[in-house]
Amino acid sequence: MAEYNLPDSVRYSREDEWTRVEGDHVVIGITDYAQQQLGDIVFVELPEPGTQVAAGDPFGVIESVKTVSDLFAPITGEIVTINTDLAETPEAVNDDCYGDGWMLTIQPASSDELQGLLSAQDYAQHIKDREE
Amino acid sequence: MSDAELRRTPLNARHRALGARMVAFGGWDMPVQYSGILDEHRIVREAAGLFDVSHMGQVWLRGPEAVAASEWLVTCPVASLKPGRVRYGMLCNERGGVVDDVTVYRIAEDVIMICVNAANIEKDYRWIVRHAGDATVTNESDATGQLALQGPEAAAILARHCDPDPTDFKRFRLFEAKVAGVPSLISRTGYTGSDGFEIYLPAGETETVFDTLLEAGAQPAGLGARDTLRLEAALPLYGHELDEDTTPLEAGLERFVKLEAGGFLGAETLQAQAAAGVERRLVGFVLDDRGVARAEHVLTAKGREIGRVTSGAPSPTLGKSIGLGYVPADFASPGTQIEVQIRTRSVAAHVVDIPFVTKAGGPSGG
Repeated sequence: MAEYNLPDSVRYSREDEWTRVEGDHVVIGITDYAQQQLGDIVFVELPEPGTQVAAGDPFGVIESVKTVSDLFAPITGEIVTINTDLAETPEAVNDDCYGDGWMLTIQPASSDELQGLLSAQDYAQHIKDREE
Repeated sequence: MSDAELRRTPLNARHRALGARMVAFGGWDMPVQYSGILDEHRIVREAAGLFDVSHMGQVWLRGPEAVAASEWLVTCPVASLKPGRVRYGMLCNERGGVVDDVTVYRIAEDVIMICVNAANIEKDYRWIVRHAGDATVTNESDATGQLALQGPEAAAILARHCDPDPTDFKRFRLFEAKVAGVPSLISRTGYTGSDGFEIYLPAGETETVFDTLLEAGAQPAGLGARDTLRLEAALPLYGHELDEDTTPLEAGLERFVKLEAGGFLGAETLQAQAAAGVERRLVGFVLDDRGVARAEHVLTAKGREIGRVTSGAPSPTLGKSIGLGYVPADFASPGTQIEVQIRTRSVAAHVVDIPFVTKAGGPSGG
């Protein structure tokens, strides 16, 4: 199995997004596993700030050279900001998925859903189960 | 089709050992990428990439009728093709639709090899047998390995292990050689828009030659880069730009059709279509804004549907998104403004001359 960078400082969804609480907001991106699976990322389509999203719903699209994949909201809430730099530099998602490759921030509707997200250890197991 | 039913080339285990990501393509389990599609694309444009194309098929015609049969089967001239030369052409049905696009090798006076697409091997073999008269037809695809060494450094890398020296063979020439001691048939051809060679060899020896060429400096390249490379060169992909309901004239491939001479399957239909003019044409387009055109996206002009995208990708060489698609002839002129409907967005694009990237490298001729 390939090696993936899965920091303990974030929590993970089963759809391969990470979340990090910063003040009142939650920062969201895709995991190292996801970016490795996708390969060279060439386009990211994100919703407008102010958009309401529900956990599990598609909120955007990420494209690699050969593939088009939906992005799924890990929690319910309102989009506050999006990473507009990704329009010019989508490859940041490959290069630094937990940093410059972040996608958006959400004002969560409640804090309950965050509790249901996976730890790094559980997410690593989730990947392993899926690959087997 | 489940993975268990996918066919494997002689290099399947090598691809996995090299860390390739494998995908199903035309019924085969094939490497889509090793280091990454963009990296492999750049390597082929700047150095040399090595592709396993053993999934492709080879049908041989032998005997006194081989040339006449081939002349009837393919759109390009065969009798005028000298031994040692290769031509691109198409197998057409009676309606002028493309059964497959192929390369025709005049191996010897009475020996022709036709290289066919992987997904069409059985269909083509049956088609050729049906229309080949008294020529002896054999499908030698399973016994044949095929490698494509492509890029400006391909000749120098191959020369290190090839007897005779391949450097001075021109484009679309073929020759028998030994590569790493393995008896091979080599042509200066490819599907990337860069200089390079295709090597046909006994299936069981494929790994030896593959490993030798990697050690000599070639980098492994997968189907992902093969697709972006051929798209920049505007080379058609069967099942996308070509099918049995599309004619070579619509696809802009009339220079590979002996329209005046005729005497081939589909000739009358194609001659009539040429006289009347085609109603739709394959065009290349470049996106004016961000986004990626993909096969099946709708093409519009001022909002009205005019056609569909057949292939699209970001062009690593141009740094823009490019695509191919069929539109009415009125919209086929370079500069024509169109739009690509990408999910909820209408993205501006304009028709351009193809190929998107012009061929570079290698002695000209053929």
